[in-house]
Amino acid sequence: MTELNQTAAVQTEPENSETLIQTPPSPPEWRLVLRSLLRHRLGLTGLIICTIVLFTAVFAPWISPYNPVASDYDAILMPPSAEHLLGTDDLGRDILSRIIWGTQVALQVSLISVAVAIVGGSVVGMISGYAGGWVDDAIMRVVDAMIAFPGLILALGIVAVLGPSLTNTMIAITIVNIPNISRLVRAQVLSVRHMDFVMAARGVGAGRLRIMVSHIWPSVVGNILVYASLSAAGALIAESSLSFLGLGAQPPTPSWGWMLSSGMQYWNAWWMSVFPGAALFLVALGFNFVGDGLRDALDARIVD
Amino acid sequence: MNLVEIRNLHKQFVQKSGLFGKRSRVNAVNDVTLDVVQGEVLALVGESGSGKSTIGRLVARLDDPTSGRILHRGVDVAALRGRDLLQFRRRTQMIFQDPFSSLNPHMRVRHMLAEPLRIHRLANSREEITSRIEYLMGAVGLAPALANRFPHEFSGGQRQRLSIARALAVEPEFIVADEAVSALDVSTQAQVVNLLSKLKREFQLTVLFISHNLAVVQNVADRVAVLYLGRLLELAPTEELFARPAHPYTRALLSAIPVPDPNARKQRLVLQGEIPSPMRPPSGCVFRTRCPFAVQACADTVPLLRNIGGNRSAACIRDDVIAASATPELDRMTS
Amino acid sequence: MIRYIFSRLMQMLPVLVLVSMAVFSMTLLLPGDPTFSMLGEHATAAERAALRERLGLDMPVPVQYVRWVQHVITGDFGRSLRNGEPVLNMLAQRVPATTQLAIQAIILATLIGVPLGIIAALNRNSIRDVAATAGGMFAMAMPSFWLAMLLIMFFSIFLRWLPPSGYVPFFKDPIESLRLMIMPTITLGTILAGLILRQTRTSMLGVLSADYVRTARAKGMSERRVILVHALRNALIPIVTVVGLQMGALLGGAAITESVFAVPGLGQMVVDGIFNRDFPAVQGAILVIVTFILVLNLLIDIIYAWIDRRVSR
Repeated sequence: MTELNQTAAVQTEPENSETLIQTPPSPPEWRLVLRSLLRHRLGLTGLIICTIVLFTAVFAPWISPYNPVASDYDAILMPPSAEHLLGTDDLGRDILSRIIWGTQVALQVSLISVAVAIVGGSVVGMISGYAGGWVDDAIMRVVDAMIAFPGLILALGIVAVLGPSLTNTMIAITIVNIPNISRLVRAQVLSVRHMDFVMAARGVGAGRLRIMVSHIWPSVVGNILVYASLSAAGALIAESSLSFLGLGAQPPTPSWGWMLSSGMQYWNAWWMSVFPGAALFLVALGFNFVGDGLRDALDARIVD
Repeated sequence: MNLVEIRNLHKQFVQKSGLFGKRSRVNAVNDVTLDVVQGEVLALVGESGSGKSTIGRLVARLDDPTSGRILHRGVDVAALRGRDLLQFRRRTQMIFQDPFSSLNPHMRVRHMLAEPLRIHRLANSREEITSRIEYLMGAVGLAPALANRFPHEFSGGQRQRLSIARALAVEPEFIVADEAVSALDVSTQAQVVNLLSKLKREFQLTVLFISHNLAVVQNVADRVAVLYLGRLLELAPTEELFARPAHPYTRALLSAIPVPDPNARKQRLVLQGEIPSPMRPPSGCVFRTRCPFAVQACADTVPLLRNIGGNRSAACIRDDVIAASATPELDRMTS
Repeated sequence: MIRYIFSRLMQMLPVLVLVSMAVFSMTLLLPGDPTFSMLGEHATAAERAALRERLGLDMPVPVQYVRWVQHVITGDFGRSLRNGEPVLNMLAQRVPATTQLAIQAIILATLIGVPLGIIAALNRNSIRDVAATAGGMFAMAMPSFWLAMLLIMFFSIFLRWLPPSGYVPFFKDPIESLRLMIMPTITLGTILAGLILRQTRTSMLGVLSADYVRTARAKGMSERRVILVHALRNALIPIVTVVGLQMGALLGGAAITESVFAVPGLGQMVVDGIFNRDFPAVQGAILVIVTFILVLNLLIDIIYAWIDRRVSR
């Protein structure tokens, strides 16, 4: 019959405490992720782009050379020149200024819609995932029904009912994004729900709310951020698609999508179409890069 | 005094396969009756699937029984609500097997230890919490400065110590250690087990020690309960169980423990066959399909746990086998 | 297997019901009198009263819904507010155009995405890989209407090779049909190509490091055979799945592409319908699109389950 070698055990000290004390403690998680992101080439590029866009949006009144809604009938459809770096449109408005002011619309839509969708989707996903049972089933049926609609079509439907405007576009985009976020959050909740530390939290006396906030939510956040930046890109394109079709922000609000659609009437004034579209493309790329960078940064941590 | 009384405990798990699939039922715990005496270390041993972990969770009210009762200080555990339940959670704590999934990877240690203190209002100001945490870390043999770390910065053994610290935070009287050392390597096991023993003495704890490792159990437990496929087969004080195992299953388990003495002669009692599927347990005595002493009657009735003298009980209808085993003539017994 | 199909159908049913309720409620949710949206602004009071009577608009909502469903199941999607044509006819006319566009886009995206994805996977982290991956990302971030406009400016305005819009049914004049479809197909297929490229690359990378590939190589099989026969076949499954699941986004993008290039498909029907406040048309088109997507997802799930069984056998 073997016996635990008690004397030997008493003499060995708790493993590696000494070495552990000598290594510096881990910094907070978000700082680690940020560091990884900054090291990631694409992620960094994306962050730079997003910062520039943010800067432009905030300081638009000061950067913009002209008033974006001021028409100058003497300067209609002028190609790019020293006076109007990106040319003018059919009402004589400076395109560069409209693009600069357009960043406000772009950011407003993508950031606010996605933020609200995250809040809404997270609540739904957490409840659905944690509650389980028929509540989960019922909620997921509704989510499935919403996902069955192609995003743009659903947005079109909502805008059709509510009427075309920037606010309604944001509402539509938020609604379109909530189901996907719910599914994502729910999947995370399900994977974490049965882990021992959740059971341990129950054992210690934690109530459902505390468990959801302190134990489940931190595991969920990472994935949401990745999805958030990719959604922001999608939201941006969705808003401009709707504006392009004439169902989004109404003139004279400088929405890039709308600028593109008016450019369709003046094919020779190529600057009216190329530049707003390029701006859209660039910002969408920026969001995508950040999303990819975040994804890689978070994956690296998991591999850890 | 009995701290915990388990009466006819049943736990059945039902698994549906698909919308129209068959339901498979597993009786993880089948009619188990057991007492845990205050101040003792009671070991629950058995193979995987024996139901021991399930009993641990039921006793700690982390799951609900299908039928039967669990009484803690005379109060039915399943009936507890609200403040009484919170009180119970202070009294009973559990330590989990897997050191890697039992600590929240996103929480620093001090946050994790502060949580129970806050929930039960055991410490209110930051200073109180900090000093409590220092004390707890010290009690499990870890430097208090390490409380700022994340779980992944610790080794397996250290993480189990942290789990123990978390359990101790609420000043419990009863600890369920569910395979608390099974995931650790042998030398670390010894350290953690010794820590548990020390803490038990210091805080006068009662421990339900769940394990499949008989060597560890022999060192730590006062009494041992042997489980197989959800049924309790034998219950005895440790010394007697290991010296003179009564039930054929216990005998087989003990005979498989390697002895580091090349000259020792021992009769190996080898079990025939494979462990039956828990979804289709044998009728009558669950052990009969592998028991070298099984007879026809074993398939007809489920043997009751009977007192076989002294403090010992066994569930077997073969009195002759039991009697022979429980006496010092064990070595001469052949299958 | 049958059991699985049945259970999936059962799961799909409540979703279908919810979808139909959402589409039905489009007209109800509009502020004001639904007869405005159904008859337009120029109808007389008598006409409205008659319509209200006929459609049972004074009846409780659930009853209206049931009647609507009954109509739809028998193929009666109502009449277009613009020209009184039965919506069912419109749908029948427009489905071929969207189908053709979608199929072409998928083929194009696959022909570009798969080979490039394979090249990227085989030359991991080399210039080719970086270029292909970057190309894929660019393709995915590209706003489709901007791409459309760039294409038109280049091929129609500048080079004058292709007309900027127009459509000819395929079976009437295949050559002209394909010619008119070049730019729409590129527009719709680009994003999908980027996605397929990324997925192919990921799948191939996963498969190439798998044991059975190493075994094939060790047996002395030529590299090309190894790739094409063994690796690709297994990498194909997730690629096909991704494509299937992207059908929704594809059909959504079709709305824009069809609008820009004046292709008379389902997508354009939705957009035009919204502009003209022709709600029966919008409802009909959306219902067809969504039902198609649901059925497609069901088929994908079933095929997946079938493949799974073959693998696990």
